Parts: sequence; C-alpha cells; structure tokens
Amino acid sequence: MASSSQCRLARWVVGGPPLLYLVVFFLIPTLIMVLASFRTPGEFGGLAPIVDETGRLDLNVDSYVRFVTEPVFASVFVKSAWYALLTTLFCLLLAYPLATLIAKSAKRYRDLLLLLVILPFWSNFLIRIYAWMIILGPNAALAKFVNGALALVGAGPVPLLFSGFAVLVCLVYVHLPFMVLPLYANLEKHDQALLDAAQDLGANAWQRFWRITFPLSLPGVYAGAALVFIPALGIFAIPDILGGPDDTLIGNLIKQQFLETRDWPFGSVLSIVLTIAALVLAGIAAWVGRRGTGVRA
Amino acid sequence: MRRRSAWLYAAALCAYAFLYVPLAIVVLYSFNDSRLNAEWVGFTLAWYKTLFADDQMITAAGNSLLIGIVASFVSTVLGTLAGVAMHRYRLRVLPILIVAPIAIPEILTGVSLLIFFVMLNFTLGLGSVALAHIAFCIGFVAIVVRARLAGMDETLTEAARDCGATPSQAFRRVTLPLIMPGVVAGALMAFTLSIDDFVITFFTAGAGTVTLPLQIYSMIKISVTPEVNAVSTLLMLLTLLLIVVAAKISPTLLRTAREP
Amino acid sequence: MALLDIQRVTRRFGDFTAIDDVSLAIEAGEFFTLLGPSGCGKTTLLRMIAGFDLPDAGRILLNGKDLADTPPERRPVRTVFQSYALFPHMTVEGNVAFPLEMARVPASERKARIEGALEDVRLQGFNKRYPHELSGGQRQRVAIARALVTHPAMLLLDEPLAALDAKLREDLSIELINLQKEVGIAFVYVTHDQSEALALSHRIAVMNRGRVEQLDEPSKIYGFPRTAFVADFIGHCNLFGGPVANRANDVVTVDVADLGPVRVGVAAGIANAAKGTVAIRPEKIRIAASAPEGTPDNHFRGTVEDLLYMGDVTVYRVSTPGGAKVEALLANSQSGRAKFFEVGDAVEMSWPVGAGHFIPE
Repeated sequence: MASSSQCRLARWVVGGPPLLYLVVFFLIPTLIMVLASFRTPGEFGGLAPIVDETGRLDLNVDSYVRFVTEPVFASVFVKSAWYALLTTLFCLLLAYPLATLIAKSAKRYRDLLLLLVILPFWSNFLIRIYAWMIILGPNAALAKFVNGALALVGAGPVPLLFSGFAVLVCLVYVHLPFMVLPLYANLEKHDQALLDAAQDLGANAWQRFWRITFPLSLPGVYAGAALVFIPALGIFAIPDILGGPDDTLIGNLIKQQFLETRDWPFGSVLSIVLTIAALVLAGIAAWVGRRGTGVRA
Repeated sequence: MRRRSAWLYAAALCAYAFLYVPLAIVVLYSFNDSRLNAEWVGFTLAWYKTLFADDQMITAAGNSLLIGIVASFVSTVLGTLAGVAMHRYRLRVLPILIVAPIAIPEILTGVSLLIFFVMLNFTLGLGSVALAHIAFCIGFVAIVVRARLAGMDETLTEAARDCGATPSQAFRRVTLPLIMPGVVAGALMAFTLSIDDFVITFFTAGAGTVTLPLQIYSMIKISVTPEVNAVSTLLMLLTLLLIVVAAKISPTLLRTAREP
Repeated sequence: MALLDIQRVTRRFGDFTAIDDVSLAIEAGEFFTLLGPSGCGKTTLLRMIAGFDLPDAGRILLNGKDLADTPPERRPVRTVFQSYALFPHMTVEGNVAFPLEMARVPASERKARIEGALEDVRLQGFNKRYPHELSGGQRQRVAIARALVTHPAMLLLDEPLAALDAKLREDLSIELINLQKEVGIAFVYVTHDQSEALALSHRIAVMNRGRVEQLDEPSKIYGFPRTAFVADFIGHCNLFGGPVANRANDVVTVDVADLGPVRVGVAAGIANAAKGTVAIRPEKIRIAASAPEGTPDNHFRGTVEDLLYMGDVTVYRVSTPGGAKVEALLANSQSGRAKFFEVGDAVEMSWPVGAGHFIPE
C-alpha cells in the first residue's frame, strides 16, 4: 500500500480538477448569488456598486423584506407548489401501471420497455413542449372536438393552449420518466412469493395490492415524487410557452427579474428561496427513503 | 388474474401512447404541405428545404455542435476523474458538488452563472455557454462512471498490482478499459445534454449567440411554422443515432445508467 | 533462514483485532496452510504478505528483508485470488502475459514463458479464449499460471477451491499437490476447510480470533490437538473437561462432572496440570449392545438419543445417566444397508486410555 502522503497526493490529482471546476463554476456563482440578494439593484438594472458614494458597504435585506411583505410573491410560490403537486400525482397514476407492467414482463423485454420510457426524455425539451403546442392548438382536432362537445351542452368555447391545463399536461409529459424509473427499480425487486403468500392467506387482488405491493413500493414512490416535484417546482419554459397570463410560476418570476425587470437582488432572493425549498424537499426525500429501505429489508 | 393484467396492459398502453403520440405528430407534420400544424394536407419536403436554406438555423446548429463537442470532451475527462475519485476515496465535498447541480432546478444554475459571468466582465457567448454546460455535465458523467466502477470487481485492480503493475499502470491497463463503456456512455450523455440544453443556455448565452434550442425557442415564441417540426425531427434522429451507438458500444449501458 | 518471517504482527480494524501478535516462519518449497473459521484473520494475514494491507505492529521479512516499504507490485509474491480476478477484457494469453509485460520481459521471451506456465497447469491451447468462455476449474488454472509465470518466490492462494463443486475440488487438490512439487515454490494456502488443509499441506497453522492456536504437521494437528479449539475445529471431537483427580504411570484421570472419571494417557514430558480436557474422536469410541469383555480403561452406559445415518457410517449421540452427551461413530454393515442401533436403545461405550488425548489447561 502507498504511504498516506502518497495516497493524499493521488486523491488530489484525481479528485482535484473536477472539484476545482465545480467550486469555480457552481459553488462560487451560488455564493455570489447569495451575496447579490443583499445588494441594491442598479439604476439601469443589474447591481449597484457594492460600496456606495459615501464609501459604506451597501448591503441590506430590502429584497427579502419585499418578498415577505408583498403577498403576490408568496402566492406565486403556492401556485408553483400546487402545479408541482398535481404533476407528481398524475405522474404517479400513469407511472404505476407502466412500471408494474415492465417489472412483470419477461426479463428479455424489460430493457426494451424501459428504453421506450426513457427515449422521449432524450429528445429535446423544447420539442416536447412544441409537440403540445400542436396538439392543443386552436385549429387542431382536439380543440375542435372539445369545443364542439361543449357547444352541445351550451357552454362557450375554451382555449386549450395558453392555459393552466396545457401547462399541467406538459409538466406531466416531461416528468413521467422520472417517476417510472425509481418505481420500476423498486417493483422489480419485489418477491412474487410475498404475493403468493398473501393470496394463500386469503387476500384478494385488491387487498394484495394495498397491503403488500403498495407499502413495499413506497421508497420508490418517494424517490419518484422527489425527482418529479423538485424540477417541476422550478420549471420556467413550459409556463413561458404554453401558459396563459395567469400561469406565472416561480421560474417565470425569476426569469423576469433577471432578464426583463433586471432587478438582480430580488431575482436572487427568489432563487435562494427556491433553492432552499428544493434542498429541503430533497433532504426529506432522502430521509424518508432511508427509513423506507428499513421497511423493505 | 387475467382480467387484472388486461387492465394493466390497457393502462400501460395509454401511458406509452401518451409518451409517443406527441412526438409522432411533430415528425408527421414536418412532412405536411401546410403552414398550419392542424390537419394533414399532403406530403412535402419543402420544410426541410426551408430549413437548410435558413442561415440563422445553420449557424445555430454549428454553435450547438461546437459547444456540444467541447463540453462533452471536457466534462468527460473531469467527470471520469470525479467518478474514480468518489469511488476510491471517502470524500465529503465532491459528491455534494456533483449531485447538487443535478438535484436543484436548472434555472438556478442558469441565473447564478449569469450573475457570475457578468460580475467577472466575462463576455456572454459561446465560451460562457460551454463553461456552463461543462459544469452541469460533469455530474452525469461522474455518476455513470462511478456506477460502472461499483459494478467492477475490486480484486481486479489488486490482481494487477499483484502482477507487478504500479497504481497508474493498473489504472491504464485494467481499470480504464473496464470502465470504458461507462466513460463512452457518459460522453454521449453529456453531448446530448449539451445539444439539448435550453434553460441554462438561455441565461448564459447573452444577446448575440444562438444555439439550436434557443433558435427553436424564438421560432415557437414568435411564429410557428413546420420548419420547427423539420429541425425537431432531425434533432430527434440525431439523438436516436447517438443512443443506438451508445447501446452498441455498451449493451449494459441502460443497466449502468439506471443504477446511479 | 526462513523464506518468509512474520514477526509479532498485529493488525487492528477499529476495535477489532484481526491479527493479534502473530509470529510464524515459512520455509522455501513448503506447502503451508493457514486454516481457521471465517473472521479468524487468515485472509488479513495473506493480504499483508501480498502487500495489500500493512501491519500496525510487527514486521514481515522476505529473505531477511523487511517488506514494509515494498508495494505489492514489487514484492516477489503472487496471489491466486478467491474469485481468480482474471482480467475479463484480456484473453488467457493476455492475462498470463500481463505480469511479464509489467516485469519488462522482452517480447521474444514471453511466448515461451506463457507456454511454459500454461503447460504447468495443463491448459495448452486455450491461449485465445476469454475468461468468460472458461469453466470454473479452467479459470483457476489460468489464475495459477498467471501467478507462476514470473517465477515468484512464493505463491499465495486465497481459498482457491471454494468456488468449485465437491468433485472438481478433489481433482484439483491432487493437481495442486503435484504442481507444488513440480515448481518447488512455497505455497501459502488459506482455507476454512479442514479436510483440504489436512490433505494438501506440509504444515498447518490453525488460527482463531487473530492468533495461531497450533502450528504443526497435519497428523499432529489431527492426532494431538494442543487446544480444545483445534480439537473441535479439526473434525468432530468429544471434549470432557474437569479437574485432574489422579496421575500415575503416564495415565491421568480427569473427573468429568456429568460423566465420571475419564482415564487418558499422556506423554511423559507433560507437566502436572490441575485441570484439563480429554479429547476423544467419535470413531475411537467402541459402542456395543452388551458390556465389553474384560475391564476396559473407560466404560460408560448410555441411551441413544439421536442418530444421523450417513450411508457408510452412522453417528450416534448417546446420553449418559449423568447427563453427558457423547458422540460415537460406527461403520454400518458392509453394504451400508443396516445400522446397528435405534433411538432409545441402551448401549455400552468403551475406549482404551490411548484413544483419548489430554489437553492441559
């Protein structure tokens, strides 16, 4: 074995370059954003000089105060969380049968079926949004059919595109693979003997599902929920493209602050709140997941 | 039993349809002889001709390709090092920095890099986009490489040492060839992620620089024409090609990529 | 001077002492076995010889030279790993050539060396195969050829037969003995299988809880275990402990609480001990329906409580009126079709003083 100093040198040679890169291009930018949240917005956007004319360090919590005192921002967060929650639920409903089917199919088909789930994920993000623009467009068959049906019952036409509905459908569409993968990974490990035992003990299909399969799959459900909820919370392209005027989510607000209003300190505050929300959720998911594995063992 | 599985098939079929019908429609309408993406009129290749005559689109594609190659190359080298380091040593900081950019919403990486580049007076453009792409691709490569290493028999490295190989010889002759499928898979993944990235690029590209996703974005924001369908179809074809190549190189790619 | 000298080596992992002040010497050309249950420290010791682990205290000398600062690749010892650790991306030839390349053996010489090593393990003609195209036994041979090709001073084998089925294990054991004779290199063999150890080795070190309990030739280990652990670990053994009641003419009488006085012969040189254990192998106990003729040295009555019919022999577990359990082994009728006693039968057990072995405490 190498001596400990040699070992430490090797550690730095191997781990040093990526560490350095991520410190410079991820950690430092994040810290700068935290600093920016305490600064004053510049007259023409961006940031005012950190030292003002009188030579004093210009750091304040004005942007935080603004976030807390103006309820409109909190309501955007609530709306984002609501959309993310709905997305998670619908993803779960669609992913469960899919993951079950893949886990139950013959081994030689599993990789293919799984690949078919992942494949759309590898197509461009914007293309997938664009696809829904076509499907939900006012001249497309779906809108004509829906509005025709509504007209029969005397209701006025509704736009499908540029609506909360469009945003939600696309959110589910884009995040579905993230729910299927962890669910499948969990369901695949289930022991058929447990279900046979439950059936032997008198449980019907419904009972077998709710008493055996579902509780055992909870770690997979939690992992999937985290993988869907967190990115859905910060999404900005989908409401930006498919949403109506009321569908401003956190992501849009952040984009606005940085590129339109150019109030960087406030944009930073919003970003930090989102980061904290994401990290707390990821932490909870990891914690619940670890407890969940204890159940599974 | 039978009835329940019929139920399952129906539900799963719906889910697959949900995944593929939208993409199929995009492809289908790229050959449609109509400005409107509404109903099938007739077959044409006109939109592909328009596409290849569109200078802006060609420039954007060139930029995307250039950034993709640079970003995937650098992030593969750094990500492989990171994967090996995380597998070999008990590290505290690196694993967090590897996972964090993947775990948090992309927009956060985008805006923090925007502030960072502007504060450093770093001109936004191809360079800043490539630097940003490397930052979020490293993690994906590292995770794939580490999964590959975790699946490797640890005694093989010891056996190489036992046969007289120095640590670096053991790495080059035994470890590296064995994790190569993971490295290649990671590189292809990084390339695809870079080519496809919209959010981070959107914030770090600045005003004058256009990549393929940015070009698609401005087209669907301003005026939707089936030219977008055409470029989308080609882009999907490229991705599919990369996946087939990756699967050829490493048949177990899916399995390793799945268990990070 | 011994080839390998292990001097007072200790290795701890946290609170756990894997190797506790072990000293032993291995001679050139010897087939030496480290035998013990899992967790006894035998593999740790092997890894320290190979250089994958370092002692916390003590020294390991090879030909009189301390190995502490020599990394594994520069030690003239080679390991045959339990999993064989064949490089899956190289052919048989590539695997065997690897140590030669590392040692910068000129290419012109390599071919002959590879052929020689493959011949040693009787695996000619497999040069272009990949490890996954070989059977378990063939893989093991490649691993041995790879380890031998650079003519190391010593070969370390870590349970090399454990992954193989019983039949193959026997064949390969015989081959290993012959191979070792042929190449004349010292083998250090690690196993938890006592019959393997007895069959293969010139000398055995029986290890338990990081210590060497006994280092001896196989026949001595079996016939004259020095501790109760060794007696019990090497084959089955009845152990009767108690105070020494009497000693006369090299016969010791041990007062066993639940059995009675047990008489056993001791070697002349053994010092007086106040307490001790009598170890007696089940096959040395005579078991019969009627009382033995004459007055045997040890004679007890009992009832058959359990029995294990094993074809050629049957193991009877007999309980005595005092509550002692004695295991006795009896060959069945020649064809193996009939055993002699059933559960509940009253039996008479006897054995001469020479059948047991006294382990003083």
